[in-house]
Parts: sequence; structure tokens; C-alpha cells
Amino acid sequence: MDSALLVHRLHFAFTATFHYLFPQLTMGLAPLIVVLKTIALRRNDAVYHRAARFWAGIFGINFVLGVVTGIPMEFQFGTNWSHFSRFAGGVIGQTLAMEGMFAFFLESSFLGLFLYGEKRLSPRAHWLSAVAVFVGSWVSGYFIIATDAFMQHPTGYYLAPDGSVQLASFWQLVLNPWAWWQYAHNMSGAVITGAFVMTAVGAFYLLWGKWTEQGQIYVKTGVIAGCLFSILQAFPTGDGQGKLVANLQPVTLAAMEGLFQGQPGAPLVILGQPNDQQGKIDNPLEVPRMLSMLTYKRWNAHVQGLDAFPKQDWPGNVPLLYYSYHIMVGLGTLFIAIMVVAALLLWRGKLFRARWMLWILMLSAPFPYIANTAGWMTAELGRQPWLVYGLMRTEDGYSKGVSGGNAMFTLLGFMGIYTVASILFLFLMRREIEHGPVRELDAPSDLSATAGSR
Amino acid sequence: MATFWFWIVAVMITAYVVLDGFDLGAGTIYLIATRDPVERRKILRAIGPVWDGNEVWLLAAGGTLYFAFPQLYASSFSGFYLPLMMVLWLLILRGFGIEFRARMENPVWQNFFDVVFSVSSILLAIFFGAALGNVIRGVPLDATGYFFEPLWTDFKLGPRTGILDWYTVMAGVFALVNLTVHGALYIAIKTDDDLARRARGIAVLLWPMQFFLTCLSLIFTYFIRPGITTNYGQHPAAALIPIVVFSSLAVMLWAVPKGQSREKIAFLASSLYLAGMLVGAAFALYPVVLPARNPVYDLTIYNTAAANHGLSIGLTWWTLGAVLAVAYFVFIYRMFRGKVQLGEGHY
Repeated sequence: MDSALLVHRLHFAFTATFHYLFPQLTMGLAPLIVVLKTIALRRNDAVYHRAARFWAGIFGINFVLGVVTGIPMEFQFGTNWSHFSRFAGGVIGQTLAMEGMFAFFLESSFLGLFLYGEKRLSPRAHWLSAVAVFVGSWVSGYFIIATDAFMQHPTGYYLAPDGSVQLASFWQLVLNPWAWWQYAHNMSGAVITGAFVMTAVGAFYLLWGKWTEQGQIYVKTGVIAGCLFSILQAFPTGDGQGKLVANLQPVTLAAMEGLFQGQPGAPLVILGQPNDQQGKIDNPLEVPRMLSMLTYKRWNAHVQGLDAFPKQDWPGNVPLLYYSYHIMVGLGTLFIAIMVVAALLLWRGKLFRARWMLWILMLSAPFPYIANTAGWMTAELGRQPWLVYGLMRTEDGYSKGVSGGNAMFTLLGFMGIYTVASILFLFLMRREIEHGPVRELDAPSDLSATAGSR
Repeated sequence: MATFWFWIVAVMITAYVVLDGFDLGAGTIYLIATRDPVERRKILRAIGPVWDGNEVWLLAAGGTLYFAFPQLYASSFSGFYLPLMMVLWLLILRGFGIEFRARMENPVWQNFFDVVFSVSSILLAIFFGAALGNVIRGVPLDATGYFFEPLWTDFKLGPRTGILDWYTVMAGVFALVNLTVHGALYIAIKTDDDLARRARGIAVLLWPMQFFLTCLSLIFTYFIRPGITTNYGQHPAAALIPIVVFSSLAVMLWAVPKGQSREKIAFLASSLYLAGMLVGAAFALYPVVLPARNPVYDLTIYNTAAANHGLSIGLTWWTLGAVLAVAYFVFIYRMFRGKVQLGEGHY
């Protein structure tokens, strides 16, 4: 591989992976905060108001990181992938520009009101600002997914004489079937992250024995949402997404599943290491015929293997794609198990005393992040070797004028800044969680200002 | 159609400079104009609820540029690779400075983020000015429609220019002065007593420099790009733009020293001045969007625009989006109008 290409790919992969750690939580927390605010407003309940305020604080930190790490994503389309932008800008410029016009303005305007305007606004208006932030962040997600969907499965375009693609049908672009499934799957994944984090903080308070009233609310809200969306994540969204891959990117499906040889009644590989030198799975643990069943609903259906495709069209890194996919699915299955058990305990009224379960819930918080990251790696590694599926190869899309050395300089710069950002983030989150849900509306947190300590 | 989008993007960039310009300017005077932590909090409170929304104009303008002129986006962003990346780093650091400072009450922590916020604001103002300087001066585009500029070469206007040469450095300083004044006038509106007085004092002090640099930059620009007046020659009505620029400066000279009674007029004049300068530059360049050192390779609206069908579809949603965005802004600025009162919320 051309070394400049590798650096440009790492540049985008690194900044995108780091960026998405934050929006997945904010997009996931936003609807949960709306739920807390709604209950608070309906019952005029100060406890729920305080819960919403606490989570707004966590949301705020994550939102800042999401915004500042998100700006580089838009820029990189031009800076690092200029040949791609020249090729596809006439189409995906639509969705990217719409994200700015419809989502960013909404989100940023009302976030300020939501975080700093509780005193100035009526309770109903403050609730409305929370809803606006939720809608803004979810609309933003849709336009980005629609952009990615064009790269995965191009629709609504025509090839112009100058070799670029241009918009032929706005609705075909925006209502790309790939976008629908991917959006449902992705947003459900974000809610899982939000729910697990909310549950984990609640479990932490319960185990600590501090702010237990708040802790119970977090665990309850988180477990109900987590149980519902963990199941939705597998069916129908994961299933629907999988069928799209099987139909539209069969070579990707074969690589994800580690199916080197096509066969009728193909097995589902649960564990094992893809041996790409010999074209087989080492140490396989398989369920016979299951892959055929899951993909085509017939035990004997023929599933195409990698051998059905020329090697130049294989995803460039089969083992990494295979592992990403298996980590995603494995963790997703685990989430269902954890959340269903927790939901049963909650239903029986035993969850808040089941310390073993609270420990599990607290320690589970990092895993949805891994699963969401692995999911995106599956989608984007699976798209390779194409940048726009079937239309432009990745090696043709990067900025030929930006040398590998210059790109590496900025990649290292981002690594440095993001390391600092990670430390700050963990420090502030720890502080916020340890500080606890204590903020009251009538007791301003900055009384100390009069003492001049700020 | 492409002409229409040229002006939309120009107006969006202008909106960005006028809006984010005042919070960048608030950052540049942040350490100079304040005497104690309470005053610093007042400045942060004045921009806190709005800075992020202001910055969205940059993103939205970028997105719209990408949509309407993908070839321009591709060429200019990859050509200005290094300075843009540094702008990104500064935007990241500045966001941390504003948002994380108040999260801990330790004075060492706060001092650190004070400096981060102020220095990144100053550097951003200079970078944006230098960027505009590059666009006016022209870049070494070749037949492929691409270029790559190092940060600097020999600081001369030769064929092998860098991002920084004497002209773009001047543009950077010029932008810093303008945005400092702009931010100071905003802070004068949003605060009271000593802080407002000091902010006004900075604006008064910088006025002669602003005037001098305005004239100087116009002269130098004419000197390095004599063709810059062609459009003005063809459309005499455009003489209105320099009239707006200089009368805004005059209004500022009249209004700023008078203090609180004319603080809003002063800020409006500064906004109008910035808008006049930017619209004037856009008008002078049109239909070129990125001039090449060799004019044969100029990027224009004609050779960079997306196809017509996409552009006309965009008109519908863009108009809707813009109406909504303006409505949000009017609402937000009304909500947070008036002088800053400490004692509620963050910052």
C-alpha cells in the first residue's frame, strides 16, 4: 500500500473513532434526558428535575468534546480526501450541508438554553429546549448516516462528463434504504451506550450507598431503555442491516463471517482465527448451517464465500473486519443477556438489592463503546477496497498533493491533542460523578464567586 | 445559479466573521481588559451561551461551500492543509478553554484555561486574516486544479509563495486588530463599570491603527492585484461598499468614546465595517473564487460548481434551514440580552 494512502486512512480512522466516542453518548443520553424531564414536568418532581440536571452536566462535557472533535471530520473531506470530494461532492455535499443547516444550528442554539437557561425559561420551555437538543442530535446523525450510505450503496446520482458524480434524485439520496437500516441500527446502538452509562453511574451510587434515590432512578431508566434497545439492536435493525450487506456487498458478508469457501448450508463461525494464508478458520467453533439460515432463511441455502470474488475486490483487511464484526455481535449478545436479567430483577423488585448484578452493570459501561466502534469498523472496513462502493476505490480518493509526511505531522498532532483531551475528559467525568447529583436550581453553584475564589 | 450560491457562501462567511468575530475578539482582550477572576467570568458569561452557535456558521458555511463548489473545497482545503489543521487544533483548545475552565474552582486550573482560551483566540484571528490574505493574493494552482502551500518560503510574493508572506502576515495582523475592536465593543455592551470602560478604552486606542491598516491593506491589495478594481469600474453602484466601510469607521470614531449611550451603535458600526470589507472583497474577486498566481488556472464559480440540478434542489432546503437558523439566533440573543448578571448557571 502506498504509504501516503495509509497515513491518510489512519488520519481519518483515528479522528473518526475518537470523535464517535462522544456523539454516541450524547445521542443516546438525549432521549433519556427527555424522558427524565418529561416525568419531572408531569409529576412536578424535584428529584427527577435534579436527575435531569445531573445528566445535562455529563451531556455538556461530552457535547463539547463531540463538537470540537467533529469539526475536523468535515474539514478532512477536503484536506485529506480532496480527490474524493471532487468526485462525490456534488452528491454528498447535499447531506453534509443539510446537516449544518438543519442539525447544528438547532443543537447548538438550544443546548445553550438547555444548559444555562433553566432559570430564565418556564419549565415547559426548558423541557422544549431539551427536546430540541434531542431532535437536533438525531437529525445530525441521519444526515451523516445518509452520507455514509451513499458511500456504501450509491443511489440518486448520475455520472457527469467530467468524471464526477452529481445529484440525479434528491429523494433517492436522502431515502437510501441503506441509510434507513443503518440509521436505526446506529441510533439504537447509541441509546445502548447512553443506557449502559446511565445504569453504571446509578449502580455506582447504589453500591457506594450515596445518593441512592438518584441511583435508583438512573438504574431503572437505564435498564428499561437498555433492555429494549439491546433487543432492537439485534432484531430487526441488525438483521435488516445484515440482509442489506448480504444482498449488496456479498463479498463483505463472506469476509465478515470468515467464509473463505462458498457452500450450501454454510456454518456460522462463533469463534476462531481467520488464517488468510491458507484461506480457512483456525480453531473454529461453528454452528452448522446457521449462516445460511440467518441470511436466506433456508438451512441449505448457498452462501457465497470469498472464493467467489476476485481477490482485488476483497476488503483489504479480512482478519480485522472479521474480528470487528465478531466483537460487535458477541458484545451485542452479551448486552441482551445482561439487560434481560437486570430487567427481570427490576420487575421483581430485587434489582436494587442484588449487589452482584449492580457490580456487573457498573463494570459493563465501557463495552457499548467497544461494540459501537467495532460496528463502525465493520461497516467501513467492509466497504473496502471501495471509497464509494463500485464507483471509486479508496486509493484514488485521497489528497495526492498532501504528502505522507505532512499528513503524518498532523496525525501525530491530533494524537497529542486527543491524548490531552482524553485525560481532561476522564478527569472531569470522574469529578462530575463523584461530586454527585447535588445541583439545585435555587442554590446557584457559584456562591463562591462572591468570595472571589473564582 | 452558481452566482447565487457564490453570494450565499459569501454571506455565510460574513455572518461567521461578524458573529464568531466578537467572541474571538472577546478572547483577545480577555487577559488585557480584566483585573480579577470575577471580570473574567463576566466575559465568559457574555459569550458562553452563544459562542458555539456562532462557530456553527463556520461549519455551515463550510458545508454549503462543499455542496455548491466541491472542486473549490477539494483544492483549497488540501492546498491549505497545514494551516487548516492548525486552525482545527486551535478551535479544539479554545473550546476546552471556554467550557472546562469553570468546571473546577482551583485558581491554577482556571489560570491555565484562561491563557489557553486567550492565546488560541488571538492566533485564530491571525490565521483567519492570513487565510483571507491568501485567497486575495492567489495561490500556486496548476493545471490539475490543485496546489500545496508550505507554511512559509521566503516571505516574498514570488511564484513559490507560502501561506505566510509579508502581505498575508499584514492581513493576519489586520484581522486581529479588527476582531479585537469588535470583541471589545461587544463586551462593552454586555458588561458594566470598569470592565466595560476598559473594553471601550481598547477600542478607542486601536481605532487609529484600524483606520491606518484599512487604508494600507487597500493600497497593498491594489498594488499586488491591480485587476481587483475591474468589477467596481463596471458597477458604479458598488462604490457603496467602500462608502459603508469608511462611514462605519467614522461612526465608530463618533460613538465609541461616548460610552454607554452609544455602545450599541458602535458595535453595529463595527459589524457593518467587517461585513463591508468582506462583501467588498468577494465582489472584487467575483467570479473568481480562488485566484491562481498564474491567472490561467484561476478557480472560478464556473469550473468549481456542482451540477445545476443539485444546486437548484439546494435552494429549497437551504432557504428553509436559513430561516430556521435566523429564528433560533434571534430567540437566543433575546433570551440572553442585557448586561451579564453573575450568579446563575455555569461559567
